[in-house]
Amino acid sequence: MAKLRVGVVSPERELWTGEADMVIAKTVDGEIGIMPEHAPVLGVLVEGGVLRVKRDGDADLVAAVHGGFISVANNDVSILAETAELGSEVDVARAKDALQRAQASIEADQEDADARHQARRAAARLRAAGEEV
Amino acid sequence: MGAQLRQLRRRIRSVKSTAKITRAQELIASSRIVKAQQRMQAAVPYEREITHAVSAVLTHTSGVDHPLTVAKEQPASAGVLIVTSDRGFAGGYNANILREAEALKGHLTGRGLAVKPYVVGRKGLTWHRFRGREMFGEWDGFSDNPSYANAKEIADALIQSFKVEDGIDEIHVVYTGFVSMLTQNVIVKRILPLEVEESETPPEGIPPYYEFEPTAGDVLDTLLPRYIESRIYNALLQSAASEHAARRRAMKSATDNANELIRVFTQQMNQARQAEITQEISEIVGGANALADAAAGKE
Repeated sequence: MAKLRVGVVSPERELWTGEADMVIAKTVDGEIGIMPEHAPVLGVLVEGGVLRVKRDGDADLVAAVHGGFISVANNDVSILAETAELGSEVDVARAKDALQRAQASIEADQEDADARHQARRAAARLRAAGEEV
Repeated sequence: MGAQLRQLRRRIRSVKSTAKITRAQELIASSRIVKAQQRMQAAVPYEREITHAVSAVLTHTSGVDHPLTVAKEQPASAGVLIVTSDRGFAGGYNANILREAEALKGHLTGRGLAVKPYVVGRKGLTWHRFRGREMFGEWDGFSDNPSYANAKEIADALIQSFKVEDGIDEIHVVYTGFVSMLTQNVIVKRILPLEVEESETPPEGIPPYYEFEPTAGDVLDTLLPRYIESRIYNALLQSAASEHAARRRAMKSATDNANELIRVFTQQMNQARQAEITQEISEIVGGANALADAAAGKE
């Protein structure tokens, strides 16, 4: 079976490139699963989503992706993230801390859009690191 | 010791310490160019992908007019983003940028547009303040090591004023493009209304017909600002690399000049010392002769 060529890039660096069997990402319309020979798609990713790349033999590659796009054409999948972090690189303690702080400010002020944003990001990072949120 | 000799010694000492400083600056700049180049390289994949995506969307949505791609029929004002450095000691780096910016301003004024400067870098800011020019955006503190967040901040401000009524109708950017360690050129570009440039590689055939999630318009809405951010980020990165290259070159020639001065002064100092010794000897000999003559006369 054909493989997908996947590239996860953020403006400041290329996070990961390689071959994969399936890519699962979350667009604003909902979860999207890409397998080889998928029709060309250009989708907008949600803020604080988790990207999952299924590979043959290896464990899944998981990354927290904040905003950006997924583009699929001819078995090439590129994920353009504004900021992205591989699950293995997430500092769990810091992310937990950030989540708690954000939740505290949401409780204090329901209208705090900035804190909600922070909370979503922190939650995505924790999920990418394999923690339960 | 003669006055001239003392003076020369003092000048040599002072030039030597200047040379030490410029040499250190040169070395620092050289090491930073490498880092700046690496950052430029790291940004290439994202740029390539986003350019690809934008051109793919635009080829298939010729019917969709987006505010950011449509030129106004009667443009009234143009924003100019000028990227300068925070620190000097970089030869003609900032002077070149500001000269080109002035030329662009003349050109735009000739077309009947009001020019609104948006300035990055402390050198550009002081240049504008000194001349009492109004600035519509000011940023500094990151010229030698820009992050994507900086580019985003600038892009947000520019897009914001592009969108509002009575804002700006065109956006140009003036920055220094990094060609190589030895060549950097000032580049003047229009970034809005948008013209998508294919970077280096020509498009390989017609891009595939994409499905859009959620719709082409929505994708374009989020994609175009990202594309502009990426263009600005690229301009900042190239400027940073150019700044270090310009500084390295300026500091290298300063060090060379200082060493040349030291050589000339050392020669002059040796000459002066020799002349002093010769004079002392001839004075002693003259004195001894006079004494000997006087003694001979007495006899």
